[in-house]
Amino acid sequence: MIAAVAVALGGAVGAVLRFLVDRGITARWAPTFPAATLLINITGSFVLGVVTGLSAVLGPVWTLALGTGLCGGYTTFSTAMVDAVRLAREQRAGAAVVSVLGTVLWSLLAVAAGLTLGSHWAS
Amino acid sequence: MNRTLTDALLVAAGGAAGSLARWWVTLVLPAGPGWSWATFAVNASGALLLGLLLEALTRPGPELRGAHNARMLLGTGLLGGFTTYSTFALELWERVRSGASAAAFGDAVLMLIAGLAAAAAGLAVGAWLRERRRGTPTAGAAR
Repeated sequence: MIAAVAVALGGAVGAVLRFLVDRGITARWAPTFPAATLLINITGSFVLGVVTGLSAVLGPVWTLALGTGLCGGYTTFSTAMVDAVRLAREQRAGAAVVSVLGTVLWSLLAVAAGLTLGSHWAS
Repeated sequence: MNRTLTDALLVAAGGAAGSLARWWVTLVLPAGPGWSWATFAVNASGALLLGLLLEALTRPGPELRGAHNARMLLGTGLLGGFTTYSTFALELWERVRSGASAAAFGDAVLMLIAGLAAAAAGLAVGAWLRERRRGTPTAGAAR
């Protein structure tokens, strides 16, 4: 039960953070490229790496709240995919490829960096 | 009530439900040492449903209030919270770290192609539903 509450609360906070970051970036710069989703997924992957590296210190409930809930709710795969398909349909295949490959490569590097940092802090 | 606050509450409710649903899928489909069916299932199905929802809600002109609320609750909240990029990245990195870089590359390609195909299929079905509801033929309809 406490685990479900942790996931739900973390997910609610993560989704609202994503909404605010997305709205803030879109309002300020009105990018023609889905930069907000890219930034959200990279930073969320970094934080999930840190949380996973620290999981022994955090314990199972906090790891669920921050990892499965917060980072899972903050990052989004569906928006990244729909944005990429819409870019491709607007004859912007180059931007679509950059967004898909850029997100996966940078998120991979970010999660690796976060995991290294979190494990270092935990030890 | 303030629009941004209403939006945030809708997103929070959707995000909580979506994250709970994703967690439930990971309990039903536990990850083995390599490929994760749970992450694949939530991300592919979420991309399909988000494409469908966003396209079905699209109208010419300003967004109606009901459509906006549905997009906040179900799109940004529920499906945004249901799907996850961070877990996908973490599972890929764990594959790379265990020495299975080729397998990780294959996993990434499979997940991304499935996600893009699912989103495209969802957008197509959403457009079809929207045109059907409007009662106009799909061919030549204004986008």
